[in-house]
Amino acid sequence: MKLHKNDNFSRRNFLKTSVLASGGMLIGFNFLTACKPEAKMPEDIASLNFNDFNAYIKISDKGYVTIFSPNPEIGQGVKTSMPMIIAEELDVEWKNVTVAQGVLDIKNYKRQIAGGSQSIRSNWNVLRQTGATAKQMLVTAAANKWKVNASTLKASKGTITNANGETLGYGDVVKEAALLEVPEKVKLKEIKDFSIIGKDAINVDIDKIITGKPLFGLDYKTEGMLYASVLRPPSFGQVLASFDATQAKNISGVVDVITIGDKARKFLDKGYVSWTVALSESDKVVVLATSTWAAIKAKKAIKAIWKDTSQLESTELHHQKLTSLLDRKKTKVLREDGNLTKAFKEADTVIERVYSSPFLPHNCMEPMNFYANVTAAKIDLVGPTQTPAEVQKSVAVLLDRKKEEISVEMTRMGGGFGRRLYADFAIEAAEISDKVKKPIKMVSTREDDMTTGIYKPSVKYSIKASLKGGKITGYHLKEAAMNGGMYGAISNFFPAGCIPNIKVESATYNSNITTGAWRAPYTNFLAFAEQSFFDELATELKVDPIQLRLNLLQKVKNTTDKKIQYSGKRMEDVIKLVRQKGNWGKSSNGVYQGFAAYYSHNTHVAEIADLVLQDGKPVIKKVTVAVDCGVVVNPTGAKNQVEGGVIDGIGHAMYADFAFKDGKPQSKNFDSYRLIRMQETPKVEVHFVQNELSPTGLGEPGLPPAGGAVANAINAALGKRIYKQPFINDLKKSSILG
Amino acid sequence: MANYILNVNGKQVSVSADADTPLLWVLRDELNLVGTKFGCGIAQCGACTVHIDGVATRSCQMQVSILDDTKITTIEGLSKDGKHPVQEAWKEIDVPQCGYCQSGQIMTAAAFLEENKNPSENEIREAMHGNICRCASYNRIEKAVKLASKNS
Repeated sequence: MKLHKNDNFSRRNFLKTSVLASGGMLIGFNFLTACKPEAKMPEDIASLNFNDFNAYIKISDKGYVTIFSPNPEIGQGVKTSMPMIIAEELDVEWKNVTVAQGVLDIKNYKRQIAGGSQSIRSNWNVLRQTGATAKQMLVTAAANKWKVNASTLKASKGTITNANGETLGYGDVVKEAALLEVPEKVKLKEIKDFSIIGKDAINVDIDKIITGKPLFGLDYKTEGMLYASVLRPPSFGQVLASFDATQAKNISGVVDVITIGDKARKFLDKGYVSWTVALSESDKVVVLATSTWAAIKAKKAIKAIWKDTSQLESTELHHQKLTSLLDRKKTKVLREDGNLTKAFKEADTVIERVYSSPFLPHNCMEPMNFYANVTAAKIDLVGPTQTPAEVQKSVAVLLDRKKEEISVEMTRMGGGFGRRLYADFAIEAAEISDKVKKPIKMVSTREDDMTTGIYKPSVKYSIKASLKGGKITGYHLKEAAMNGGMYGAISNFFPAGCIPNIKVESATYNSNITTGAWRAPYTNFLAFAEQSFFDELATELKVDPIQLRLNLLQKVKNTTDKKIQYSGKRMEDVIKLVRQKGNWGKSSNGVYQGFAAYYSHNTHVAEIADLVLQDGKPVIKKVTVAVDCGVVVNPTGAKNQVEGGVIDGIGHAMYADFAFKDGKPQSKNFDSYRLIRMQETPKVEVHFVQNELSPTGLGEPGLPPAGGAVANAINAALGKRIYKQPFINDLKKSSILG
Repeated sequence: MANYILNVNGKQVSVSADADTPLLWVLRDELNLVGTKFGCGIAQCGACTVHIDGVATRSCQMQVSILDDTKITTIEGLSKDGKHPVQEAWKEIDVPQCGYCQSGQIMTAAAFLEENKNPSENEIREAMHGNICRCASYNRIEKAVKLASKNS
C-alpha cells in the first residue's frame, strides 16, 4: 500500500523509443508485461503496432505531446486520468497534451480490461516510471548538447534550463533523446511537487461528446455494412424449434434471414464459462437489413416456435431455492474464526435477519452491439468491449482461426457496469458475418438487452450475531446465491478481525438464467445487508451507529492476519471525516440520517444519507461521502465517479425490480423497469482523505454503501427496517410510498 | 419506400425510407448524424431528443412521413462551433461520464431554457426528469443547466 517513491525496477524491458520520420520521438511501452526483445518501434504514427506495445507517447519536435491512452473507456474517466499521470512525471503542461484512444485502424492490438476498478491502481507505477524515463532521456540529450552534466539541468513544463539560464524545449532534443539508451534508474517526483495530478482536468473527449461526434460502437459504420437484429429465445430454458420468416422477408430493406448457433455451440463442448454456454444452446434467427429500423421491424415479424429444454424458472422458485439454501448444512466455508457455536450458546441476545435482492440487468445506455467483417484473409471486429483480448480469443475459437488474423478495435462505450466484460455480442456478430460473408453490425434493442442479459444474480444473506455484555461476540454470514457466490476476499472484509467468532459461508443454486458481474459484484448488495444489520445491532446495544463501527475497528488496527483485506485505520479515517462533514447527529429538525461504511475494490468509503419526510414520504435530500482512494489523480473525474456510484446505488436499491415468470423476464424496457431519475436524486457531496498512498479505483466503491445509508435513514425517520431490494416494494406495502 | 424532403440543421435533405421509419434511424443510418442516440425506442429515456420547430422531441417516436414543413435540429446543429451556452456549461461543469445520453440531455436542456430563461432548481429537476443518465451524472446536469441559464 506504500507509495514507491524510488521504485527502481528495470524498465528496459517495457519501454522502447524511436525517431519518427515526421520528426519527434516515439516512446512505446507495455503495462504489466514485458514486451518481446525483438519488438520493433514504428517510425510513423500510422504503423503503430499495439501488439508489441500497448501504449505510446509521441513528443513532436514542437514539444507537443500525444498520449495514446491504453485503457477501455466505459465512462470511468481513465482516458483522462491515466495520461495525466504520464504528463506529471514527463513534466509538460497539460494543455499541450492530446489524448487519443489508440488509433481505430490499428491491427492486432491488445489492451487491458476495464473492470473491477483496477485501471488506475495497477498502472500507477508504470505510468509514472514511463513519464519519468522519457523526461530523463530528454534531459540527458540536452546535457549532451550543452556538454554539461545532466544533474546541473532542470526540467519543468516542457523546458530544460541549464546553470546559465539557457533553455531548450523538449521538442529541440527529441531526435537525440530517442537515440539514447533507456536508463535503468530514474527519479520520480515528490508528491508535493505534483502540478497536474490533483488538479481538475476536464474529460478529454468532452468536445466530441457535447457536439455529437461519432465515438461509440453504435456510431461505427463501413460502406456496404448490413445491420443485424438477432432473435433469441424469449425464455431461459427454451431453444428454437422452428420459424417462419415469410412476412419478415417482405419488409423493404431486408436482405436476408438466417440462423446462427452451430458454431457458437462448440463452446458447450469446450466447457467454456457458463455465460457463453447458456447463450449458445439455441439457434438464433438473424435478420440482415440495410437499415437498423428494417432489421428491428422484420425481427418482430418473425413467427418463431420455441421448445422447452430445461426448467422455466420463476421468481417464486428462486425465492424458495435460496431460502432453503440458507438452511442447508453443506456450504462452502470462506472464513472461520474462533468458536461460533460457543458464542451463540453463551449469548445474552441473538439477532438474525435475512436480506433479499433480485436479479438485475445492467442497462448500459448504449445497447449491446458489435461490428464484424469476417473474410478469408482476416477478421475485423469493432465495438464497445471491456475485454478486447477475450473477444479476440473467443472469436478465434468460434471460427477456428488464428488470433493473429483477428483485430479488435475498441470504441468508447455507452456504459459498462460489467456487461461488456463478456464476449457474447461479439461472438454473435462474428458468426453472422462469417455466415453471410459480409461486413455486419449486430445491434440489440433495449428489449433484447433487458430480456437476454447476463444479470446480477439474485442473492439472499442471512446474518446472525450474538451479543454478550454489551459486545458483539459472534457473527455468522451465510450467503445463498445464484450461479456461484461471493469471491473469497469478501469474507475478509469488515467485520473480519473485529469480532472474535466469525463464520462466513456460501451456498449456490445453479440457475439456467445467465448471470455475471454487475457494478461492484456481490458487495453491491452485501454492503446494504451488512450495514443495515450493524445499524440494528447499534440500536440493540444502545450505542451510536458510528461509534459502534469505530469501537469495532480498534481491534483490527494491529491485526497480523494477512488475509484481512481492509485497513482499520483507513476505515476509521473515512468514518471520522464523514461524521464531521455530514454533521452527524447535529442536523436540523426533520432531517433523519443514516450511516454506512464499506471497503471494496481497495477503496474505503463512508456515507451519511440525509432524509426528510414530505407528506409522510421519505425523500433523500443529500448524501455526504468520505473516500480514501489514495492520491486523487483527477478530482473532478474522481468526484463524478463517486457521485454517480452513490446515486446508482440508491436508484437500484430503491427501485430496481426484475422478476421472472416461466423463464421469461417480466420487465422489457424503461416503462416497466425503473431507473433513478433527476427528481429522485439527492445532492452528493464528496470529500477525499488526503494522503500520499498509491491511488485505488473509484468506478465501483461509491455504490455499495449507498443502499445501507438510505435504509438506515429510512429507519431513523419511520422506524421501519427494510430487508429486501428494491426498497420501494416494502414501502408501498406499508403505504409509505404510493 | 418513399422519398421525403426534410429540413435538418438548416439544410434541405432528401431521404428514401418507409413511412413508419422513426426520425432517429433516418438521422443515424441515412444522414450519418449519429449524435442522436438510441436508448430505448419507446420515448422513455430521452437519449434520442432533437428539436422539432424548437420543441424537444423524442425522435424514436417521430415518423419520417409527418415531418415535412418542420425544422429539425440535432445536436450536430445546435451550434456552429459547439459553443451553445448549454454545451459550454456542460464543458465547464465536466458533466459526462460515459457520455452516451448527453446529447439528449443537452437538447432537452437547450429547448427548456428557451422557454424558461431563469428556472428554479425544482423547475430544472422537473424539466430534466425525462432523460435517464445511467451513470447518474444528475448532480452535474442540474448544475450545468443552472449555469447555462445564467450565461444565456
